[in-house]
Amino acid sequence: MITLTVNNVRHTLDIDPSTPLLYVLRNQLQLNGAKYGCGLGQCGACTVLLDNQPVFSCLIPAVACGERPVRTVEGLGSAAHPGPLQRAFINQQAAQCGYCIAGMIMRAQSLLERVKTPSDEQIREHLQPNLCRCGTHMRIVAAIREVAGAGGLEAAVGAGAHS
Amino acid sequence: MKGKIVFVAIVLAAAAGLSQAWERSIDPVAATAPAAADAAQIERGAHLAALGDCIVCHTAKGGKPFAGGLPLVTPFGTIYSTNITPDADTGIGDWSLAAFTRAMRNGVSRDGHHLYPAFPYPHFTHMTDADIAAVYAFIMSRDPVRARAPANRLVFPLNFRPLVAGWNLLYLQRGPEPGAPVNAEAEGTTDPTQTVEWQRGRYLVDGVGHCGACHTPLGQLGAEKRDQMFAGGVIDGWDAPPLTTLLHAPTPWTRAQLVAYLRTGFASQHGAAAGPMLPVTQSLGDAQQADVEAMATYLMSLQQNAPGNAGAGASASAGTSADAGAHNQAVNLTQLASPAALANGATLFNAACASCHSVAAPMSISGDRPSLAQGTAVNADSPRNTVRMMLDGIGWQHSEAAHFMPPFAQTFSDAQIADLANYTRARFSKHGPWPELNAAAVAKIRKEGVEP
Repeated sequence: MITLTVNNVRHTLDIDPSTPLLYVLRNQLQLNGAKYGCGLGQCGACTVLLDNQPVFSCLIPAVACGERPVRTVEGLGSAAHPGPLQRAFINQQAAQCGYCIAGMIMRAQSLLERVKTPSDEQIREHLQPNLCRCGTHMRIVAAIREVAGAGGLEAAVGAGAHS
Repeated sequence: MKGKIVFVAIVLAAAAGLSQAWERSIDPVAATAPAAADAAQIERGAHLAALGDCIVCHTAKGGKPFAGGLPLVTPFGTIYSTNITPDADTGIGDWSLAAFTRAMRNGVSRDGHHLYPAFPYPHFTHMTDADIAAVYAFIMSRDPVRARAPANRLVFPLNFRPLVAGWNLLYLQRGPEPGAPVNAEAEGTTDPTQTVEWQRGRYLVDGVGHCGACHTPLGQLGAEKRDQMFAGGVIDGWDAPPLTTLLHAPTPWTRAQLVAYLRTGFASQHGAAAGPMLPVTQSLGDAQQADVEAMATYLMSLQQNAPGNAGAGASASAGTSADAGAHNQAVNLTQLASPAALANGATLFNAACASCHSVAAPMSISGDRPSLAQGTAVNADSPRNTVRMMLDGIGWQHSEAAHFMPPFAQTFSDAQIADLANYTRARFSKHGPWPELNAAAVAKIRKEGVEP
């Protein structure tokens, strides 16, 4: 049995210790935002936050998370009440097929939590590990820029309430 | 107290060198005369600059080529590389060939101030006049870039440049003065028993290639230890492996493998270049094949025999070495990673590494990639490069032939990296886990990394 804290909820799970975190999130916890892309840490579709740092959830065994909390795209908001970055992705229509988007959002979230108003250059460099086969990169950058332009995540929450 | 002694030693050294502590200024030149350089000379200079990796240190992250500004972290503080584009204000646009040659030979800037030996003039000093002139012609043919490097941040008293004169007196073995005829004989680099290619290789390795700057251990004052040439050093938190034990690898290095590694950053029997060596191999890719082959020829001539090849002489002392072996084993056994730690390492390996590095993984079969069992870092005496590799990975290199590994610095804790590294070594190499590798050791290595 292992314990895992995901989006502020503590779970006790009976799994093989080497099961990748991604499988546990999707199969045991039904959190299907993070996607299986390459399984090699080369595409970023499985990106989640571990202790507020972006990691490839396909490459970390669930048991290795230990006491470090996990956050997934489901933790940022819901369809009815999207978080500020999720709302910006919707505003900019940043998804084409959408497969990479949960990973893109989580990696961008970690940047915006660390740097309130990142430059375009910082955004591009930070998102480099995440790939998008549809080519919506410009809209993804625009969505992150929207939050940065509104003064960061906290300011964007306020702005979103009025829109 | 120790600091004071070092201080006094430095002052004495400086005093000894004081006669050369202030060099004369060489008049600026208005503009370079491109007519003086022909296309062939510029091309030769480009090949030499590639062998010398000038661009690697003289380009900041995201900066223009040769415009400087890259921080070089040394035990004495941070030095920023200079702008060597032909911009008159911020680069070396007003340097004459005489001024450039003096900088390469003696480590003195055009205006007379001493350059720090992070600039490898102790190696460049051995270059011929013609080669220095060719590099000059190439550099002066680049686009001028206006960029001023940040001020150096060196510890007192080393921020006082004239002290470098004392360092030079102690450690710099100057090449010929500018204008003096230079040839291999005058340099004492001829060895009648060796081929022309070997001579060329030695000239390139010791001179413009400055391999020893990283691969030779440094003494207290940052000078290479001449009695331990190519015995291995540490740079940017990575081990620069010894270049004299290439035959000790699981599959002994060959000249062909070394040439492939130096020119492409990949050797099918040993693995991929990483850390500070990766950009060096990218630069060597622009050098001439024959020159890199010559360097490999010379480097292969420096090899110590592999332990197994010690020869008949070893049998005389068989008893002693058996004792020594038993002794080593006993010591290692008491310090080995615990079975629990190794089991944890296996769990982590299966989840994080096996998709590329297991024996059956497509990634480890296609593209002529060697097994981890062949890897230099996994077989090294020190765990530093294995840990460094796990923490940093290898970033995207923007090319089809590039090698990539994701970084795990944020994924795994220090203890997890230690278990993973020890398991990897135990499973893939003929050695056991690293006796000294634990969470604390990983924490230390983690801190040695270059600031992002």
